Amino acid sequence: MMDKADFREILVILVKRWILIFLAIELVFFAIFGTNYLSLRNLQNILLTSTVVLLLATGQTYVIITGGIDLSVGFMVGFSGVICAKVMVTLQAAGISQSVAVSSGIAAALVLGLLPGLINGLLVAKLRVPPFIATFGMYGIAYGFAEIISNNVPIHNLPTLVSSIGHGYLIYWLPEKAFTFFKIPENITRLELQNLVPIVPNVTIIAFIFIAIFAFILAKTRFGQHTYAIGGSVDAAERSGINVKRHLIKVYMISSFFASLAGVCYVLMFITGRAPAGSARLLDAVVAVVIGGASLYGGTGSIGGTIIGVLLIGVLQIGLVNLGVPTYNLYIAVGCILILAVLIDQFLPKLVHGKD
Amino acid sequence: MEPLLEVKNITKRFGGLTAVDNMDMKIFPGEVVGLLGDNGAGKSTLIKVISGVYHANRGKIFFAGKETRIDNPMHALKIGIETIYQDLALAENLNVYSNIFLGREKLKRFLGLIKILDHDYMLSESRKVLDQLEIEVPSLKKQIRTLSGGQRQAVAISRSIYWDAKLLIMDEPTAALGVVEQKNVLNLIRTLSSQDIPVLIISHQLHDVFSVASRLLIMRRGKKIAERMTKETTTDEIVGLIVGSIPGDYHDVNTDTAKGSDVNRRHFASKSGKNHRPKQNQG
Repeated sequence: MMDKADFREILVILVKRWILIFLAIELVFFAIFGTNYLSLRNLQNILLTSTVVLLLATGQTYVIITGGIDLSVGFMVGFSGVICAKVMVTLQAAGISQSVAVSSGIAAALVLGLLPGLINGLLVAKLRVPPFIATFGMYGIAYGFAEIISNNVPIHNLPTLVSSIGHGYLIYWLPEKAFTFFKIPENITRLELQNLVPIVPNVTIIAFIFIAIFAFILAKTRFGQHTYAIGGSVDAAERSGINVKRHLIKVYMISSFFASLAGVCYVLMFITGRAPAGSARLLDAVVAVVIGGASLYGGTGSIGGTIIGVLLIGVLQIGLVNLGVPTYNLYIAVGCILILAVLIDQFLPKLVHGKD
Repeated sequence: MEPLLEVKNITKRFGGLTAVDNMDMKIFPGEVVGLLGDNGAGKSTLIKVISGVYHANRGKIFFAGKETRIDNPMHALKIGIETIYQDLALAENLNVYSNIFLGREKLKRFLGLIKILDHDYMLSESRKVLDQLEIEVPSLKKQIRTLSGGQRQAVAISRSIYWDAKLLIMDEPTAALGVVEQKNVLNLIRTLSSQDIPVLIISHQLHDVFSVASRLLIMRRGKKIAERMTKETTTDEIVGLIVGSIPGDYHDVNTDTAKGSDVNRRHFASKSGKNHRPKQNQG
């Protein structure tokens, strides 16, 4: 017979892993009730749809671990996306080659995208403005500039190279006939084109390269350790000789770098630069970080947890589309999951220590 | 024997307030010195001057025989003056060995080029220093937040010792601890002094100071007013010196202000249970 203590122990283990269990339940549910939900195409679609949130949430993880929050990333996507698109279109109109125009656009977006992070960091670390306020201010500023740069209209007519990157895949596989990297096999018929299996979107590769690098930095290096230490106790970090101010500035710059990268990925995927792009993804990103195990008080969290948090939302989103449920229901679901996550976070310690 | 630390004529003013006034102090290797005084007597300011937080307006500091200017807390740490404040400055979300190495992490090369944390090294080195100090902690991989107050204190002390503390300054080391834990920390202080590391301890718990310190310095209104060997004094005398009902040896301190200050006396009540009333009419 299982006694009460054993039961509690099992319960604790289950509750600690609740997001994995939740994700599994989602997948099983949609596999049963959806259409072709677990197909390669659909799973890749989940990844693609989640790209912007994945990138925002990775940067946000760093910030939340230090005990801060970065709300500016919502409009940073539009800000850097508009810069990226504008530079590309302008250079193309000036008759400059596509590859130069595209790489200049991406570089400009990534470099200028560091600026809001630098300002956020300076405000938070040096001038002691609460992160919520500083980054909320930047949220509005970034949106305003994005509208100015784009003249209030989406930027279209980007170089064709953008779509071949953004809509491209790492591998194209035509069963029993062809297997190519980055390019659709040559000399194939229309019918064969329909049977072509594209594997791993380029955008997903770009995102995961950076996510992997920063997951490694957070988990394995001194920089990561100091990020956790600052979240645990600013005082302890300072007295251990850590330059807390400089570290915080770097952390906010990491967050705005990821937001800019998300903006670039948005341009690559949707072949347009829009000022309000990605603003609705801010909530998803913060939710993903929190359900991924980070505390808004700082000190805990991991990129791995955040990725699972993002997938939890992405699987749900695509699942609702798959079932034909209107997508605004997603906001209700995500809101509920966030509250559930915070409740579990609060009651878990009581469960662990056996207080009823 | 040569003192490890000697401060001479240290004065520290904040605007018009003289927090530390012409203070002299010597600390010898292996001794435990109690620094006593009422709130506002200048103890904390003095240790902050020694640990580099404040700069003295006047006076000199000699450390290990050499005149030393302590520019900032990091400099103090570098020359071996470690200060453990009441809040301990531990990161609660990190484990024991990560706290011992916080800010000075040991790194190793990963794939020959990237530097990553060397957890094995930090774990084994931490275990060594805890063993040396006879400290027992359930696991060095446990987060600080899961440890008791005494265990945290022990971790903070181990960190100082690992980083080669030559002098340990402790501010209220036993204030927030249970009875058993207080004993453990006091034993740890004795272990340190037996390993020739001197400890300067600030505490309001006279009983604790008496049980561990060999020499007592009493400050009042920024001045050192008396110095006693623990063996040759009583808690009554010390309380009297602290509150001012017994005049000091060095300075002509006006004792009027202390008259009738029952609050202070109760504050310094010794835990020995003996009569702790200061002798009002002495002197």
